Amino acid sequence: MAGAHELPPDEVLVQRLRSGDEEAFALVLDTWSGGMLRLASSFVSTKASAEEAVQDTWLAVIKGIGDFEGRSSLKTWVYRILVRTAKTRGTKESRTVPFTSLLPEEAEATVDASRFRSPGERYAGHWAVGQEPRPWHLPEDHVLRGEVRELIAEALDDLPPRLRAVLTLRDVEGYGSQEVCSLLEISPGNQRVLLHRARAMLRSRLDAYASSPDDAHAGGGERGLR
Amino acid sequence: MNCGDFVDSVTAFLDGAMDEATELRFLTHLTTCGDCETCFDQFRQTITILGELPEERLATAARNQLLGAFGALRRD
Ligand SMILES: [Zn+2]
Repeated sequence: MAGAHELPPDEVLVQRLRSGDEEAFALVLDTWSGGMLRLASSFVSTKASAEEAVQDTWLAVIKGIGDFEGRSSLKTWVYRILVRTAKTRGTKESRTVPFTSLLPEEAEATVDASRFRSPGERYAGHWAVGQEPRPWHLPEDHVLRGEVRELIAEALDDLPPRLRAVLTLRDVEGYGSQEVCSLLEISPGNQRVLLHRARAMLRSRLDAYASSPDDAHAGGGERGLR
Repeated sequence: MNCGDFVDSVTAFLDGAMDEATELRFLTHLTTCGDCETCFDQFRQTITILGELPEERLATAARNQLLGAFGALRRD
């Protein structure tokens, strides 16, 4: 994650928060709120609602810091409050879906089946001719790279809620799979399916962007000659 | 392992969630199939860019309000 601030260890941090150290509070507030906003957005329907969920969470943290028992990291404890708060909001906005089972669109194939050779064909299950993935040439240049990031951010916003929540935590925030399972109360198997599906959807969005300039690919033009 | 199976299991591989035999089949496919190597690399690039997304920020008004609430509650 970009610009992660150095935070003191949890024992020190909790001690400082309990004793009313405003500098310590500003530090966690500024370090975690960005990720919290992103995560809250998976559960609620508007940006404003996500902001309110984050604010409500911090108010709960301020009041409840005395109850923190240190059984998880402080950050996980805060995030757990956020998930609860945002889910409750989402339910009121009839947005949140139950996290226990997979929805059909979440378990779809990584790559469309038509891109592989069909069963019975020679090399069944291998890439079909002309459907092979082409190497990307993503810009290294800072400004152009920003365009790619924007594209990815938009694609992330378009994901179904649970895919978005898992992808945000794993790949944007850098959480491990165990923590994500515990935060979202899903099984490791489901977590992996959701994560993979989400990555696959963003990969194909990027693919459409990154392989479009040189469409004059060998094979593509020959079809008309037959 | 064919290409379809390979692309389905990229995340399982990256998470180290494969048993040894499957992992070996995955690695064998990766080193012998250029197309899947490309696809694998695309997954990695996607993950890299996700990690580069700029941080979102809490609105200044909201931030100030929370700092105030912390100060008020802790002073009591
Ligand atoms: Zn392959």
